[in-house]
Amino acid sequence: MIRVEGLSKTFADGFQALVDVDLTIQRGEIFALLGPNGAGKTTLISVICGLVNASQGRVLVDGHDNVADYRAARSLIGLVPQELTNEAFTTVWDTVSFSRGLFGKPKDPAHIEKVLRSLTLWEKRHSRLLELSGGMKRRVLIAKALSHAPQVLFLDEPTAGVDVELRREMWEVVRGLRDQGVTIILTTHYIEEAEEMADRIGVIRRGEIVLVENTHALMHKLGSKELTLHLQEPLTAVPESLAGHGLVLGDEGHALVYSYDAARPEDGSTISGLLADLEAVGVRVRDLHTRQSSLEDIFVSLVQERQ
Amino acid sequence: MNRINLQSVKTLYCAEMARSLRTMLQSIVSPVISTSLYFVVFGAAIGTRISEVDGVSYGAFIVPGLIMLMLLTQSVSNASFGIFFPRFSGSIYEILSAPMSYVEVVVGYVGAAATKSLLLGLIVLVTARLFVPYSIDHPLMMAVFLVLTAVTFSLLGFIIGIWADGFEKLQLVPLLVITPLTFLGGTFYSIDMLPPFWQAVTLANPVVYLVSGFRWSFYGISDVSPLVSLGMILLFLSVALAMVGWIFRSGYRLKP
Repeated sequence: MIRVEGLSKTFADGFQALVDVDLTIQRGEIFALLGPNGAGKTTLISVICGLVNASQGRVLVDGHDNVADYRAARSLIGLVPQELTNEAFTTVWDTVSFSRGLFGKPKDPAHIEKVLRSLTLWEKRHSRLLELSGGMKRRVLIAKALSHAPQVLFLDEPTAGVDVELRREMWEVVRGLRDQGVTIILTTHYIEEAEEMADRIGVIRRGEIVLVENTHALMHKLGSKELTLHLQEPLTAVPESLAGHGLVLGDEGHALVYSYDAARPEDGSTISGLLADLEAVGVRVRDLHTRQSSLEDIFVSLVQERQ
Repeated sequence: MNRINLQSVKTLYCAEMARSLRTMLQSIVSPVISTSLYFVVFGAAIGTRISEVDGVSYGAFIVPGLIMLMLLTQSVSNASFGIFFPRFSGSIYEILSAPMSYVEVVVGYVGAAATKSLLLGLIVLVTARLFVPYSIDHPLMMAVFLVLTAVTFSLLGFIIGIWADGFEKLQLVPLLVITPLTFLGGTFYSIDMLPPFWQAVTLANPVVYLVSGFRWSFYGISDVSPLVSLGMILLFLSVALAMVGWIFRSGYRLKP
C-alpha cells in the first residue's frame, strides 16, 4: 500500500531526521512504528503525508508518487496528528464535514453520522470543540481523518495522554477500522499498544529503520522466558551439580532464576532435567512462576545493542 | 485527478466566510461607526473650513479615500488572520495534507478575505450616502479598482500571516505601515494641497495611486493618471502573486 524508498530528510539547521529509509506497508495491516523521542517517527509520517519535503528518496501511496501525483496519493490518506489541533469555536459536525470537503468529497451526512457514531461522538455533534474533554477531542481528530473514507490512516501517538479505559476504546476503534480494510500506521510510546495491536512492528532510531518484523515472530524470535523458582530454604550459592543449568541466585538466596528459549523444544526437556536435579540435591521449591520478555525489553535491548 | 479541486476550494472559502459571519455584528457595526465618526470629524468639522476640492465638496471628496482605507486595512487583517490562526493552532496540517494545489489554497483564503473586505467597502459606501451626496462617474472602473485592491491587499495579508510568528508581528505591518501610508496617501486631501517637495515624496507612497485611481472612478478627478493607478495596482498584484508563489515553492514557514 505504501512504499518508502531511500527516504532522507535533513532540516535547514543540518539535523538529519531520516537516513535512507526503506519501508513497505502492506494493505490492510496495522503497522506500529516504535522509537525513542526524536527518532524520526513523526518526520517520517509527515513526509509521507506531504507536510514535510523530503531531501532524497520517494514515497508511493498505492502506486502514486506523493509529490508528482500528490492529489491521488493524499486523497487515500487520513492523518491524526499527535497534538490536539482543533478550532475551538466550531462544532463537531462542522469540523468533521469541513475535513471531508477539503479532500474534495461532496457532502455526505450519512457517512459523517456513521463516523461519529462509531467514535461515540454522535451525541456531541452540536457541541463546540472547546466544550469537549481531551479524549473526545482526540476522537474528533480521528473522525476528521476518517471523514473522507481514507484507505490509509496514520495515527501519530493516538493514545498519548489518554486514560487506560479510553485507550482500550481507541484500540477497539482501530481494530474495527482494520476490519473494514483500512491500512493503519501508528506511532506510539506505549510498547504495550504495539504489542497488543500491531501486525508488524518497525523500530526507528536516529532516523534509521533498525528492524521491521511481524509482531508475533519478533516476540518469538527475540523473546526469552524466565523461570523463577522460589525456594523453601535460602541458598548461599548455586550448588555445583546445578552449574550446567546456568542458574542465577536471586532474592537474597530465596530464588533461583533460569532463563530459556520457549521456542526451542529441547529447552523444555532441560526444565524437566533441572527439576530432577534440584530434587536430587535436596533443594525444595516452594513456588514458581515464568515471565516472557515483553516487547519493551526487546526494544530496550535493540536500542542499547546499537548504541 | 489533476483538474481543479473546486469542492476543496469551496469548502475552504465557505469555512473562512463562516468564521467572519460568526462575528458579523461587529464586522458591520464597526465600519459603520468608524465611517460615521470620520464624517463627523473630517466632513463636518474640517469640511466647513474647506468648501471644495477640485470642484467636489470636501465631504464627498473623502468618500473614496474612506472606502479605500477600510478596504486596505480589512483585506490585510482578514487574510493575515485567516492563514495565521491555523498555523498558530496547528490545524494547518489539514490544509497541507489535503489534495489541494497551492493555487487552490490561496484562492480559498484570499478569496474569502477579499470578499469580506469588499462587502465592508460597500457598507461604507452606503453609510457615506447617509452623510453626503456623491456620484460615481465610472462604476465599472470603480468595481475594477475595488476588486483589484481587495485581492492585492488580501494577498499581502496572506504573506504577513505566513511571515508572522506571533500576534505582535501580525499587527505590526497593518499598524505601522498600512494605516500610516493610507492616511498619508491622499485619503483626506488632494496631494496638490501639499508643498512641491512633499508632493514628490508622496508619490513614493503606493496608496496614493490606489486612492487617486479610485477617486477618479467617482468624480473624474485624480492626482495621477488613472492608467498609471491601474498599472501600479497590477504591479503590486504581480509582486504579491510572485511572493506567494515563492512561499509555496520554498515551503517558507509552512513546509520544512
